[in-house]
Amino acid sequence: MSVTEYLSIAIGAILINNFIFSQFLGCCPFLGCSSKVETATGMGLAVVFVMGLASAICYVVNEFILVPLDLAFLQTLAFILVIAALVQFVEMFLKKAVPSLYSALGIYLPLITTNCAVLGVVLLNVQNSYDFLGSVIYGITGGLGFMLAIVLFASVRERIAFADYPECFDGFPICLISAGLVALAFMGFSGMKIF
Amino acid sequence: MSILYAVLVLGALGAVFGALLAFASKIFHVEVDPKQAAVRECLAGANCGGCGYPGCDGYAAAVAKGEAPCNKCVASGPEAAAKIAEIMGVAADAAEKKVAFVPCSGCNNVAEMRFNYTGPEDCRAAMLFGGKSNKLCTFACIGMGNCAKACKFDAMHVVKGVAKVDRSKCVGCGACVDACPKDIVQLIPEKQRTMVACRNQDKGAQVMKICKTGCIGCMKCQRECPADAIHVENFVAKIDTSKCTQCGHCALVCPRHIITTFKA
Repeated sequence: MSVTEYLSIAIGAILINNFIFSQFLGCCPFLGCSSKVETATGMGLAVVFVMGLASAICYVVNEFILVPLDLAFLQTLAFILVIAALVQFVEMFLKKAVPSLYSALGIYLPLITTNCAVLGVVLLNVQNSYDFLGSVIYGITGGLGFMLAIVLFASVRERIAFADYPECFDGFPICLISAGLVALAFMGFSGMKIF
Repeated sequence: MSILYAVLVLGALGAVFGALLAFASKIFHVEVDPKQAAVRECLAGANCGGCGYPGCDGYAAAVAKGEAPCNKCVASGPEAAAKIAEIMGVAADAAEKKVAFVPCSGCNNVAEMRFNYTGPEDCRAAMLFGGKSNKLCTFACIGMGNCAKACKFDAMHVVKGVAKVDRSKCVGCGACVDACPKDIVQLIPEKQRTMVACRNQDKGAQVMKICKTGCIGCMKCQRECPADAIHVENFVAKIDTSKCTQCGHCALVCPRHIITTFKA
């Protein structure tokens, strides 16, 4: 694959096919961890990290184990296994090697195990038949897109706290409505073609 | 054949990952501060968040680092605070034990209903239908049990349409206080055994119409109190817990029997 293709994968993953706003993946952490910009950034970083790593490892598992043995139908199951083990491993590694990052990510790291965006990215890698580098780039930039979305939305939610809206919308309703509005803004990117 | 491969491949993957993780947990083993573990042992372990830290582990870590005081855990009580202080080698300053209290006695057949609410079992939902309550008294407990759902210690129950605290089980974590959409539930010192179980600020005549037991602000208790601890403000009697001597005179003279005394 050429450099321009990698570039279009990256920009596509961040803006055009944003994981949250146009693919509806990873909506639960998007809503759950977006009440403060600080925690949203932590969650975003953790997702970037895990999505990049998961893309790399799942590519290897798929290409060198599942495909040669004609077991492509096991992809979902095998990928979940990989992701769960990977998150556990990353957690242990960070705790030992980078305690500051570990405490910054806190509870969000284990939460990613059940994040559908991570499973989504590895399955899409296979579907789009990206090569190794393409998969890793798609994973990392997909995570960056997730981070962009969640940080933007957390900023919106921090402003909502001071807004004057009808009482019946208090809590999640107003949050979902504003999520819809932010998603609408991202619709502006849809249909764009790069290169 | 393909089934066999599938089982073998997944089994092998699982085994490899398991072995790797077991291996990694040895390599990346991090020594936890023994103090932290010892402090954690003393805590109630309900992860109620009453201390302001993310769960009991978070609080134990903060205590072990010397960042948090030893007496923040209301759930495990003063004995635990003393133990933690001993572990940390500092003087214990035992937290005053508090319990939740619901200042409303407007149970079914006592408080007049505004409407018969049949929606979801949720105080917030019931509040949406105008008047801020399903009872005519706008100050009354709705009785859909948001506080009871929030209680991790089974100490809060809705009895005949009003939330009631089981003082023997309540640890004073304050989860119910946060859960109550009407800010009715309050934390009071456990030693405070006399309380006015009403918070209606309407004038006496109005209260008479809507509740068989609400405080009408007749001032009898205020005149009777030997310690100058009970005062009628905004047409409702209020006890100053710092002055109250628990003599119970106010409860005896109250014509509406709204002042409750708890057993010690």
